[in-house]
Amino acid sequence: MDHLLEVNNLEVNFKTYGGEVKAVRDVSFHVDKGEVVAIVGESGSGKSVTVQTIMGLIPTPPGIIKGGTIQFQGQDLLSLSKKELRKVKGSKIGMIFQDPMTSLNPTMVVGKQIAEGLITHQNLSKQAAKARAIELIKQVGIPNPEERYGQYPHEFSGGMRQRAMIAIALACNPELLIADEPTTALDVTIQAQVLELMKDLQEQTNTAIILITHDLGVVAETAQRVIVMYGGMMVESGTVLELFENPKHPYTWGLLNSIPDVDGPEKKQLVPIEGSPPDLFSPPKGCPFAPRCKFAMDICVEEMPGAYEIGEGHHAKCWLNDERAPEVDHAFAPKKKEAVAVGSEA
Amino acid sequence: MYIVKRFLTMLLTIWVIASLTFLIMKMIPGDPFASDADVLPEEVVENLRAKYNLDEPIPVQYIMYIKDLAMLDLGPSIQSETRTVNDIIADGIPASATLGLQAIVVALVFGLFLGIIAALNHNRLLDYGAMLFAIIGISVPSFILAPLLINFLAVKWGVLPVASWGTWQHSVMPTLALATTPLAVIARFMRSSMLEVMSQNYIKTADAKGLSSFKIVVSHGIRNAILPVVSFIGPLFVSLITGTFVIEKIFAVPGIGKYFVDSIFNRDYPVIMGTTVFFSAILVITLFLIDISYRLIDPRIKLTSKGDS
Repeated sequence: MDHLLEVNNLEVNFKTYGGEVKAVRDVSFHVDKGEVVAIVGESGSGKSVTVQTIMGLIPTPPGIIKGGTIQFQGQDLLSLSKKELRKVKGSKIGMIFQDPMTSLNPTMVVGKQIAEGLITHQNLSKQAAKARAIELIKQVGIPNPEERYGQYPHEFSGGMRQRAMIAIALACNPELLIADEPTTALDVTIQAQVLELMKDLQEQTNTAIILITHDLGVVAETAQRVIVMYGGMMVESGTVLELFENPKHPYTWGLLNSIPDVDGPEKKQLVPIEGSPPDLFSPPKGCPFAPRCKFAMDICVEEMPGAYEIGEGHHAKCWLNDERAPEVDHAFAPKKKEAVAVGSEA
Repeated sequence: MYIVKRFLTMLLTIWVIASLTFLIMKMIPGDPFASDADVLPEEVVENLRAKYNLDEPIPVQYIMYIKDLAMLDLGPSIQSETRTVNDIIADGIPASATLGLQAIVVALVFGLFLGIIAALNHNRLLDYGAMLFAIIGISVPSFILAPLLINFLAVKWGVLPVASWGTWQHSVMPTLALATTPLAVIARFMRSSMLEVMSQNYIKTADAKGLSSFKIVVSHGIRNAILPVVSFIGPLFVSLITGTFVIEKIFAVPGIGKYFVDSIFNRDYPVIMGTTVFFSAILVITLFLIDISYRLIDPRIKLTSKGDS
């Protein structure tokens, strides 16, 4: 079956005064219809740049798309003209951004911002677009939709604004929804509500979602597959089940270890991943994670490992998966999954 | 409530300006009849002074003046016996207002356009071109530009009349001379404001909706970018008014500027006072209108008498 979205060997650089930053390096993944794929990784790992490249939102210059293809429904988005791409944006691919406080135009009523896309893509009349927008406002769980239509973003709370953003993104029933850290800027109770809403709408419309997040809890709950990015590269990818139970990259171990354990009997110190992200002006020729990796070997700083296939659709870019590598006793053992993790190691 | 309060403040501002002008004017040595005193008998001069109440003590003169001002009566002109200051203003204002408004419209329309074009072509040739033009526009004063315009447009190429007032052709050169500097300033303001707005997240949202670049700029960019420019229009208005004096002189426009300048040389107290108060009233009203327009442009701005709501 053809994938809905297929990104192959994507390379994106940014020109700066300090030189060229290699923000995205050789990223390949795919998303199928109705699937939720999560991308996790720390700030600066290239997650946002990857999805913004899909949407053609990277300003060029300073961005340079060095190579790769982005196939969406059989079209290569990178080779489309701006005009052709605009027909895809907002209509077949919707996008939700991280900060709902700044992602809505402060001087335009929210309803109009929702209706805009409808008028552009579905040739609706103003009245029809308004009616549909009110319907959408209702659908995303905002009370008093008629009244809310004519209000400005500053009259909305953060959670409401993110709901409005979801309404904008889903207005034209897109095949793919890209959610770039949709809950990061919200407080915890609102996060849960917004995620719940996204899940509900996803089930109703069968829209595929690319979900960018820092929160592995969110990943476990919503996604079917995960991509872990580090230093502009995909270091590990696989199904949620595989990745949580049998992670094969030290960075993934670190991420999993750093989840605070609130259910535990005693207070424990948070476990950070020591060190800082790599300098992407001149990325190391070896593995970008090697300087921070407890298990780094000589080869790690010398040469970038290829993707080792661990299982069906589960890949990890780490030398430890080479047959010549020594067994390591990685400290990854989150409490709840201890039995499973140990079992799969044995 | 806000509007009432604001209106009272406006009156207060005008009163302060009127009082200060009165005070400063009285501090200038001499009076309207100082030059006549050499040729006319002393009694005549005394009588003249008495006619205009200049023999009264200054505080009394002040109170009389403020009283008249409250009745919108700016008094008689000393220089021209038959006309009141109100007449003079009514005479001069049509030409001055036409010129001023034309200049503001030209400055705004072309300034905003230039600024937007420059911002959308950031660091490209159009941007550099627009900003080069802006810097020249800011650096060249209107009284330099005016003779240059006359030299080329009127004298050498003969497309426009050299000076005077009457048809629209007459108003073209003074408008251009007057508008260039504010146009350039507006262009620079709009450029930087637009650059900032176009890097905002909501522009990305609009882009992700698949809107055309034109639509993004018009319905999401300009309205947000224009606010800092609007706040600049107040001071700009003042510079246009003061600029008019010189320009009106150069192009022989029968505006109010001529009377204003002449009145100072002639110590024509009522005209000095009248024109000053008139201009300050215009300025204060402009600022008031600008405040109200903020609210229309940006719904987040609320007009309240205090910052409490």
